[in-house]
Amino acid sequence: MDTREKDIENLKDYKYGFTTDIENIKAPKGLNEDVIKFISNIKKEPQWMLDFRLKAYDRLKLLKEPNWQKPKYPKIDYQDLYYYSAPKSMKDKPKSLDELDPKLLETYKKLGIPLQEQARLNGIAVDAVFDSVSVATTFKGELTKHGIIFCSMSEAIQQHPELVKKYLGTVIPVTDHFFATLNSAVFTDGSFVYIPEGVKCPMELSTYFRINASQTGQFERTLIIADKGSYVSYLEGCTAPMRDENQLHAANVELIALDDAEIKYSTVQNWYPGDENGKGGIYNFVTKRGLCKGKNSKISWTQVETGSAITWKYPSCILKGDNSIGEFYSIAITNNHQKADTGTKMIHLGKNTKSKIISKGISAGFSDMTYRGLVDINSKAKNSSNYTQCDSLLMGNKCGAHTVPYIKNKNFDSNIAHEATTSKISEEQLHYCQQRGLNSEEAVGLIVNGFCKEVLQQLPMEFAVEAQKLVGISLEGSVG
Amino acid sequence: MNEQLQLDFDKIIKTLKISEKEIQIKKSFLKKFIENGFPNRKQEDWKFLDISQIIKKNIGELSFFNDYSLPNKIDSSIFVDGLEHNKIIFINGRIEKIDFNYEDQNQIEITDEIGKNIIFDYENSLIDLNNAFTNKVFKILVKKNYSLKKPLIIYHSTTNKIKSKNVNLSLNFELEENSCLRLIDYFSDNADKNFVNILYNFNLKKYSILKNYKLDKFRNNNLKYSFNNIEQGDNSISETFILSAGSDYFKNEINCNLNGEYSSAFINGVFSLKENQQHEIRSTINHLVENTKSYQLIKSVLGKNSKSAYQGRIFVNSKAQKTDGYQLSKAILLDETSEFNAKPELEIYADDVKCSHGSASGSLNENSIFYLMSRGLNYQQSKELLINGFLLDVVEKITDSEIKNLVKNIIGLKE
Repeated sequence: MDTREKDIENLKDYKYGFTTDIENIKAPKGLNEDVIKFISNIKKEPQWMLDFRLKAYDRLKLLKEPNWQKPKYPKIDYQDLYYYSAPKSMKDKPKSLDELDPKLLETYKKLGIPLQEQARLNGIAVDAVFDSVSVATTFKGELTKHGIIFCSMSEAIQQHPELVKKYLGTVIPVTDHFFATLNSAVFTDGSFVYIPEGVKCPMELSTYFRINASQTGQFERTLIIADKGSYVSYLEGCTAPMRDENQLHAANVELIALDDAEIKYSTVQNWYPGDENGKGGIYNFVTKRGLCKGKNSKISWTQVETGSAITWKYPSCILKGDNSIGEFYSIAITNNHQKADTGTKMIHLGKNTKSKIISKGISAGFSDMTYRGLVDINSKAKNSSNYTQCDSLLMGNKCGAHTVPYIKNKNFDSNIAHEATTSKISEEQLHYCQQRGLNSEEAVGLIVNGFCKEVLQQLPMEFAVEAQKLVGISLEGSVG
Repeated sequence: MNEQLQLDFDKIIKTLKISEKEIQIKKSFLKKFIENGFPNRKQEDWKFLDISQIIKKNIGELSFFNDYSLPNKIDSSIFVDGLEHNKIIFINGRIEKIDFNYEDQNQIEITDEIGKNIIFDYENSLIDLNNAFTNKVFKILVKKNYSLKKPLIIYHSTTNKIKSKNVNLSLNFELEENSCLRLIDYFSDNADKNFVNILYNFNLKKYSILKNYKLDKFRNNNLKYSFNNIEQGDNSISETFILSAGSDYFKNEINCNLNGEYSSAFINGVFSLKENQQHEIRSTINHLVENTKSYQLIKSVLGKNSKSAYQGRIFVNSKAQKTDGYQLSKAILLDETSEFNAKPELEIYADDVKCSHGSASGSLNENSIFYLMSRGLNYQQSKELLINGFLLDVVEKITDSEIKNLVKNIIGLKE
């Protein structure tokens, strides 16, 4: 067996499909005020935080689940979910990595991120989220030197309440749509980043999310603030263990860029997509929104979406500051019975704002893939421009690829250009590659990687390699 | 409004000579319309321009009764000069004349089909409204192997006798194998603030050709809605051209089902809008079998306070391999109060297809204006020349040379 075949053999089953057996502390099942108070209490939150949650919960009672999206899913019983679960060993917080539960460390090893090694060798600070509570935050010293705050959300609430209070909920208000509001009410943990004025963050900040305990909805809350003239690149990667029942993930991510600041947010999402028959898998209903608050600010989203049974997310940019820039680069791959409805919103409010959208969708098997996007240029956003390109690639005639762009131009000084194509891998291309000695799967892999190149290029180095591998793995078995 | 609807409906029923069964059918449509009302922005297809609000704002209370027993005087001054043509004349919603003088009478069949309403399997409350209130439904059949010698012009005119009225028209066309029809919808209005609701159904058999030109050029304060349903058989061709420029509100909807192999559909549209006009084109092309083709080109020139919207949808069934679908929409915004909305949509379930769409909007290119001015034109002339060229592109797509010239004359485009 050559190495390639071995690789395929290894990948046949979901690579990250294992559960760590750690006793969990769970909040009582169901969603009500008591559960919210329980979460707030166990995290020792101040009153204002509890008020924030309760306000969201009040609002939630009035909201209905949206139903305009393409992928339909069985009704979720929100009373049948656990809203809080934490590894028990967290009770006595470990002082250093060595004190961590060995089982936890084992899990990360299987995932390919041995925490200490990765932290030391790669120079990446890892804020690993295991279930809902941050387990370890590394490289704190290095970051503190620059005055950068990179910690878990719970920690930030305790130690930097003034920042959290000032910015939390300003981009995604508690009165937003159903899932965002649900998150505001019951969010458990997440990452908090603050880059002070004029600081360029010296390393890529990275978080690995994992969903572990069965029947646990995962409600992450991430808040990144880049103060004037600062720069940060943030990586988010996800893997989840194999589960039969569907799991809900409704995270909120808020980015705020002040004057001249830049935030680059990259995601590789590889959650359990369900088996070949579409059984199980994660529901990934995420709200991501960035606010270019200051002048000359820039927010860039890059995403590689290969996992989840249903992906439903639109990382958006609100371009409020004059001369601000929003970018969105996306690769979404669906195979078997996966469904994805993803895209972006670019809302131009300030003058001379620019946005760029590059979306590549690939669907294979019985999957369905939708690009849904909005470009809205307000009447005050003079001299703004947008360029959108969304390409879809279809493999087989059992899958679907859809493009639904909304274009609103209310400003005569502004330009919007939109292009979309749908095609398949041409016989000529395949023939050419095969003639040169590649087998059909390798040929497809090569062509697909070429198709996605524009987006892959945007990823930070470490991620690009992983993402490229993922693209290949995700399409395994869809050809020939 | 519902009471008014019921009252007007009863009055209309009295004036129509139709059977009890037909009355019941009409009643069921009325019931459906009362349930759903006019479409509003909550419905995805009406997201950009909300007809229910626009009626409220521009007309206020609508009345649905017209006395169709008395004929209207035909004003021959509205007739198109310089082009010999057959005529159907609608005045205030009443068919005054059907005239196929240039044709072989044996090759065309016109039947009154008031009892047979045109029914589609999708929800559209304006079609229900039309089916409930329309006073005549004619079916026009063009027989096998016959091509009409002259184009047919349908005159849609209103006189100042009506105001705040809803007027409904409904026609059903069938083109038999290898036949050809050139159809011009020509709008000229003297009345104000009416809501005109037009429903056409076209059934295109093998090798037949339909060319439909909708010309709404003259400025008026009416609101119009037109729905074309086109069913296409093997190797048939449909060409639709829309000039959307005259009314306060005009929404053209085209639903085209490519049921036969090698059938093709073309939709070309021009919006030329000014003060407070709001126009929309919404097209749905359903590619249902192999080797079908569609092409759409929509251009807008938007003046002060005007708004245009284009919603185009290409649907490709999993059986429809080798589909070729194309959509392009472009807009020039001339004023800071003009607005362009687009939703070009692709929904594709087959892999061996070639589908693409593009959309671009912005202001006139300053460099081009500078170029023209440096060659001696003034600012206004340069602007006009550029707009002229922009729109000419669409008009040039008209395949019938006679009608192309007519359209150019009407728009005032120079080559």
